[in-house]
Amino acid sequence: MNQPVLKVTQLKKAYGAIQAVGGVSFEVQPGEIFGVIGPNGSGKTTLFNSMLGQISPDEGRIELRGQDVTGLGPLALSRLGVGRTFQTLQVFGKMSVRDNLIVAAQEHRGSMGSRLFAPSDSDLGDKADALLAQFRLTHVAHQKAGELSYGQQKLADIAMAFMSEPALVLLDEPCAGVNPALVGGISRLLKQLNQERQGSFVVIEHNMEFVMGLCHRIMVMVEGQVLAIGTPDEIRANKQVLDAYLGN
Amino acid sequence: MKKIQWGLGLAILAALVVAPAYFKNYGIHLFTTWLVFIIATMGLNLTVGYAGQKSLGHAAFFGIGAYTVAIFLKAGLSFWWALPTGALLCFVVGLIVGFPALRVQTIYLAFATLGFNTALWLVMRNEEWLTGGTFGINNIARPSVFGWSLDGNLAYYRFVLVMALLLGVLLWGLLRSPWGKAFTALRDNPIRAESLGVDTRSYTLMSFAIGAAYAGMAGGLYASQVQFIDPALFTVGASIMMYLMVVVGGPGYFLGPILGSAVGVILPEWLRFAQGWYLMVFGSAVVLLMIWLPDGLLSIPDRWRARRASRLASEQRRQAAHNGGVA
Repeated sequence: MNQPVLKVTQLKKAYGAIQAVGGVSFEVQPGEIFGVIGPNGSGKTTLFNSMLGQISPDEGRIELRGQDVTGLGPLALSRLGVGRTFQTLQVFGKMSVRDNLIVAAQEHRGSMGSRLFAPSDSDLGDKADALLAQFRLTHVAHQKAGELSYGQQKLADIAMAFMSEPALVLLDEPCAGVNPALVGGISRLLKQLNQERQGSFVVIEHNMEFVMGLCHRIMVMVEGQVLAIGTPDEIRANKQVLDAYLGN
Repeated sequence: MKKIQWGLGLAILAALVVAPAYFKNYGIHLFTTWLVFIIATMGLNLTVGYAGQKSLGHAAFFGIGAYTVAIFLKAGLSFWWALPTGALLCFVVGLIVGFPALRVQTIYLAFATLGFNTALWLVMRNEEWLTGGTFGINNIARPSVFGWSLDGNLAYYRFVLVMALLLGVLLWGLLRSPWGKAFTALRDNPIRAESLGVDTRSYTLMSFAIGAAYAGMAGGLYASQVQFIDPALFTVGASIMMYLMVVVGGPGYFLGPILGSAVGVILPEWLRFAQGWYLMVFGSAVVLLMIWLPDGLLSIPDRWRARRASRLASEQRRQAAHNGGVA
């Protein structure tokens, strides 16, 4: 069996008396799209923030391709090949869309000193253009990102996470606030990127149709605990999940 | 750079090269001071406008540069050693002053830098053995270049103009490099920037250090220009004035410091006709400017463009709705 890209073992995080995450364990395999679902307050965001170095877990271990990365900050994780998107839009509003993509990867090239003398686009222009074309953003490449529509900004935001070709991308509600027509488009793009790059994704999302159609495996969380892990079909058929979360 | 900025830049450059030859001494002095403040605020624009930090201590760096040149020249050392030494000293001190920015932001950072300015001003005032205290240091010499004396006001003006251009080109190169994008990312969204691998700590420190080095260069040039310095020139008030120049010109606009420094240095002279009312007129003009143009004078073309784009989008929506209705 392949070494997992991400291995989380007995992760715990409490806020005072509230156990937000209570001993969560799972693995993400190379090339896998792994979904995390659960009702509000189930601990998904705390789990995400712990994995991404935004908060320190109380207990447990996080391994990235076998390396212990527990407690590492976002900068170190980014350099180890972890990309992410945020629940809310996080583009650089006053930069052009193309520059948003370039800055998303430039810091992975050379040292800070060498970047002072590097070309303006860090030789990433072609790569940015290709990704913009894939995300159908070529026509707005030179507009300021802050001036785009919400949907276009969301696409740019997701594209930025893929620019440095990370081994693992964590997507926090990629469909939040997006109109239904674009949800299908985002799903197709993520599947395409997954096949082309063989990267692993972890996706938190409330849109069940999106998660079921996109993910290879899904983890259901309830009250900080793992209720079930399985394929979309297994999750759909799991009576506990149906009772706790999916309803009828 | 946008066409309008290029046009404006070239027009100003032509005026700066040609006009002072026809000025009297006071006009040349005024334009030299303008150039000195352009250099100082170019640095502050990097720290504040591009990297998004708050600094109310820029006059302290200006003072370090000025006193370094004055003390070196009094000790018989060369101006050509003194000027880069002052800038280097400011770079190092700027790096140290940048550390609070890693812990605090916004108004709290502004107060931290303000505290630094006050502390340094007290050193300038109280350490008489080094700085001359409230009496300051006078008879600061002007340098010569390859035997060509810069004692004359016009010659010194031209020298400062060349320095301003050189430092402008250097800054332009820095902002065009990937560092420029990293600074902007740091300003717009530091959390996102860090998640993309931007070392926000290092870029924050560098924005302070480079900005301080520019102020140090400007201070050194100013010391030789006025040939007398005392602590009154480097108060928190002077730092606030420099901050105002950046904000009025347009923070994050490359040419913003040129316009902002003109407002801070030249405009008060033009308003002298108002005599006792001049501060009231100047203050009111700044207040109105901040209300109508919070992003500075150079944001006017961007506002026009955004308004035009918004009108166009509304028109397109209206047209689409109309066509839909007809169908």
